[in-house]
Formats: sequence, structure tokens, C-alpha cells
Amino acid sequence: MTPNRRDFLKIAGMSTLSLIAPAILRPAFAKEKLSIPGAKTNQTSSSQQLKGKRWAMAVDFAKCRRGCVDCIAACHEVHNVPQFGNPKDEIKWIWREKFAAIFPSESHPYLPESLQRQGIPVLCNHCANPPCVKVCPTKATFKRADGIVIMDYHRCIGCRFCMAACPYGARSMNYRDPRPFISKINPDFPTRTKGVVEKCNFCEERLVQGILPACVTACKEKALVFGDMEDPKAEIRLLLSKHFNLRRRAHLGTEPQIYYIV
Amino acid sequence: MLEKALRGSRGYWMWIIFLVAVTANGFFFYWQQLNYGLGITGMSRDVSWGLYIAQFTFLVGIAASAVMLVLPYYLHDYKAFGKITVLGEFLAVSAVIMCVTFVFVDLGQPSRVMNIFLHPAPTSILFWDTIVLSGYMLINIITGWVVLSCDRKEVPPPAWVKPLIYLSIPWAVSIHTVTAFIYAGLPGRSFWLTAIMAPRFLASAFASGPALLIIFCLILKKYAGFDAGKTAIQTLAKIVAYALAASIFFVLVELFTAFYGGLPEHEAHFRYLFSGLHGHHNLVPWMWTSAVLAFGALAALIYPRARNSEPVLVAACAAVFLSLWIEKGLGLVVTGFIPSPLEAVTEYVPTGPEMAIALGVWAGGFLILTLLYRIFVAVRQEENS
Repeated sequence: MTPNRRDFLKIAGMSTLSLIAPAILRPAFAKEKLSIPGAKTNQTSSSQQLKGKRWAMAVDFAKCRRGCVDCIAACHEVHNVPQFGNPKDEIKWIWREKFAAIFPSESHPYLPESLQRQGIPVLCNHCANPPCVKVCPTKATFKRADGIVIMDYHRCIGCRFCMAACPYGARSMNYRDPRPFISKINPDFPTRTKGVVEKCNFCEERLVQGILPACVTACKEKALVFGDMEDPKAEIRLLLSKHFNLRRRAHLGTEPQIYYIV
Repeated sequence: MLEKALRGSRGYWMWIIFLVAVTANGFFFYWQQLNYGLGITGMSRDVSWGLYIAQFTFLVGIAASAVMLVLPYYLHDYKAFGKITVLGEFLAVSAVIMCVTFVFVDLGQPSRVMNIFLHPAPTSILFWDTIVLSGYMLINIITGWVVLSCDRKEVPPPAWVKPLIYLSIPWAVSIHTVTAFIYAGLPGRSFWLTAIMAPRFLASAFASGPALLIIFCLILKKYAGFDAGKTAIQTLAKIVAYALAASIFFVLVELFTAFYGGLPEHEAHFRYLFSGLHGHHNLVPWMWTSAVLAFGALAALIYPRARNSEPVLVAACAAVFLSLWIEKGLGLVVTGFIPSPLEAVTEYVPTGPEMAIALGVWAGGFLILTLLYRIFVAVRQEENS
């Protein structure tokens, strides 16, 4: 049987419809199922959220155990930070440095030897006056109302102006595709692509879930204290009012929000 | 007028083929960089800007130097420059194209480059630099082209070009000032955090750009039968001499503050440049070469009998160009990162692919320049015949 013109049009029409229909209907169906890594946070009720006006951290490094990397390991695991195994491509959000490197102006050879030898945790200072935000040509780096300096990895063009601007060396560039170098991918946090800059985000994805930053919870010594500087009753305020503390290169006017208890 | 670029001697075509080959080679390695990422270069976490951004910075100076021809001719009616202002403008055009290309190849995510315009950030100096550079390129291509076409038809240029040419004078100053502000406004980089950065950039620009132009004029005289005239060349040489003197003076002023002031975070960078730091001294031989070339060239350019001899003049101009290229295109950018904010000394050495890409951009720029100069020479020869 040869199909006549009428049948042909019918079949053609039906096939076209069957091709178009799912495309039109799909978004409506997909809405329920759509899952984006890290999007879990959107469903958390707002009552659970940790809210602050100016998040900050106190580092009581006298409590730091020698050779301990708990905070580093926890952070880098949660945030899918790759391990390239070479300093050139290295990406780090939190790591340890010598006192002389962190506080060059305050350092001299007659300081206690234990202090000179100790590795002290360093991370993004979440400056109240961040130079990296000022220089970014696409607003990919911005400061939130709660003081967290954060990045949009999808907008970053990889010009690395922020890396030149950061006085703390807190930023890393993805000089190559990071994904093959992540030992265990955490599906709840996005991985990055090559060619963008990244840094510590003060665990904003945990704060909305009502959990403290990964480095803080990982520290058994309770050397890291996270809190809201605008809350006079916060633990961090109490701590800083009792102990002498320093901020890194505060003379630059960046208003860093990591306080080091000496 | 464009068709004139298609006629030339055998040497002309050999030169064109050579430039196309070097550009193509650059493209090949850029393709690899696109696939692998910027890790293909020598840049690192500590030294996050390298050869590309340094070439960009140096070439902004070359672009700005066109004003050294335009200003005397249009503001002071200095007739000797009348024949060659277009050469300066065309040099500016090709230099700006190289600048923009160098910034582009330095991007980690080049496909997102339009974000600069989609999400403009007026607080960023890079945003303003994009604006002044593209504006400067437009001004120069329009004025250069219109003036040359009118010369060809032997009619005076239309009245509307004049204001545009006048605008190009402060605009030239602006491009290098804004480029200096990229560096001079970063509180954590004490090597760059100096108010003299913009004046220093301008002085070195007004020496290196005209030095290059003198060399080009003498090449055109020898191989293309276009003579810029001895007066024009000698005046240019004097401009180079004064600008070079100012440039050297500004560097010495910096050295005084760094070493006599003795502020450790300021001094460390200069120490790295001229004597090495903690056993790292990659740039030391380069910087001393730059210093010797600068002083040698200055002596040759100040002394009239030396300056008047063409071979000496060419050597002096080449020395000026090389010296300032080392200073700005090699030392200035990298040293801002050495030592790092955490006192680490990480040295930087460009990789092979990185150099191939950089050479490719230079060759592409010279290709555009060659075509523009070929048109220029053809029009001038037409006038004479």
C-alpha cells in the first residue's frame, strides 16, 4: 500500500508533535526534580540559618597542635579543593604559615622560639574594605551584607587582578582543570572549572543550613572561633576583649576580619 | 586605499610570510593553552601575572607615544613632523591591538570576556583601561586614515578631524596613566604603590615609542624609498633623549626612596631586581643590562655629533627600546609579586609555549603595522610621482 498525501501529512504532523511536546513540557516536569549541587541549602527553613551582620573569626593559635591539618583537610574536602602536588598550580583556601610570614612587621629573632616555629592557620580575611572586590572588572567577587567576601565562579573571567590586589595571598587560580585532582568529589558543593580564581567563602553554604564553618567544627582544640562582630554578646567578642590580638597587615586599611590571639 | 597593501617587492612579501608564520605558530600554542589552561605558562600562585601583562603594559607606552608627533605638529605647527604624524598614529593603532590581544590571551576564561561590558564595574581600573584603550584605537585609526586619504586626493582634511586630533593628545596621556593606576592603587603591592608610577610610565613611553619610530623611519628610507627628512628624525632623537633622561631620573628617585628610606617591604623588591633576594637573582643580569644600555644610549643621544651619525643613532634607539623593554616588559610586572605578600620568593620564568604566544601577538601587531605602513608609503610615492 502506498500512503496517500493525506496519510503522509498526518504521520508527519504526529511525528513533529511528538518531537516538540517533550521539549515544551519538560521544564514543567523537571521543576520538582531539578537538583543542583549545593542547592540543598535553598530548602532549609530560614529559622535554622546562622545570621550575622559581620562574620569574623578569631584564631587562638596557641591552642594549635603541631603538625595538625584537621581544619585544612576538612575545608578542602568539603569544598572540592584539588591537590595538584606542586606549588605552582597549588590551590588552597586555608593553610599554615610561619609567624614571620604572617606578621612581618611584628616579627623579630628574639620572639619565643615556639612562636617562630609554629605554623599558624591563614585564610581569606573577609576584609570589611576588600581590595579584591574593588578591582574585579566583572563584579564576580563581591561583599555580602553579612561581610562575607564571595565569588561567582561562573562570572569570573580569570584576569587575576584580584590576586594582584589581595595583600594576603589568599586567592588561587585554577591554572588547569581541577576536577581530575579532587580525590573525593563532594556532590553538595560545586567543583570549579579551569581558568577561574577561587578562595575561602567562610562556608556560606553551611551557614544557611545553620552549621558553623568546616574548619571551625573540625578543630578539636577549639582554636578557631567564628562569630558575629556586631553582636556584643558573641563568644568571639568576649574572647577578643579578654586577650590581646592582631590582624594581618592592618595598616593597609583593608579592615581584615580574622583576629589572631597572641 | 587598502589595495595598496597588496603590491610590494619580493622582500615585502617574504617579510609578510614570515610574520604570518610566527602569528600562526602563536595561534597553535594558544590553542594548546585554551585546552590545558594558563598552567601552560610559567605563571604561578605567587607570580600570577607574567610576560603577557608585562607586554601589554609596555605596548600601552608605545601606543601613547604617537602624541609626541601629533602634539608638536598640530599644537605648535612644527612642519617637519607633517609628513610622519600618520606613521605615529598607525604605530599607535597596531600597538593598541597588541595590547588588547595580550590582555585577552592572559584571561583564564576568554569566552567570558564580554562580562566586562555585561557587568561593568566602574570601581575597577581594568574597566576604565578597556574604555580608554578602545577609544584611543578608534581615534587613531580614524584620524590616521582620513588624513592619509585626503593627502592622496590632495585636499585638506575635513574640519571635523581637527578636534579629534586635539582630543587624541590628552587621550594618549590617559591611556598610560590609567594603565599605571592598575598597579599604583594596590595597597598590598609596595613595589607598585607609588605615585610616580604614571609619570614613570609616560617618560619611558615617550622614549621607547619615538625610538622605535626613528628605527622605522630609517628602515622605510633604506628599503621603501620614503624619507622622513633629517630634521624630523633629529627632532625625534632629541625627544627620545629628554624622555629617556626623565625616565632614568624617575627610576633613580624610586631607588633613593627605597634604599635610603629603607622600608623593608619597599626595599625588598628593588633588592630582588638589582642584587637578588635570598639567592634568587633571575632578573639581575637583565636589569643591569637595561641600566647600561640606558646610560649608554643617553650619552649617545645627548652628544650632537654622535646623534647626527645614522648608525650611532640606530644603535642608540635600539638600546633605548631594549632597555625600556627590559624595565617594563620584563622587570616591572613580575617584581611586584616577588617577594609575595607572605614573604615567599617564587621566581618566574616564561615557558616555551608562553613565549611562542607572546611572539605571535607581536608578529600579528607588526603584520598590521607593515600593511598600514605599506599603504602609507604607496600614497606618499603616488604624491611624488
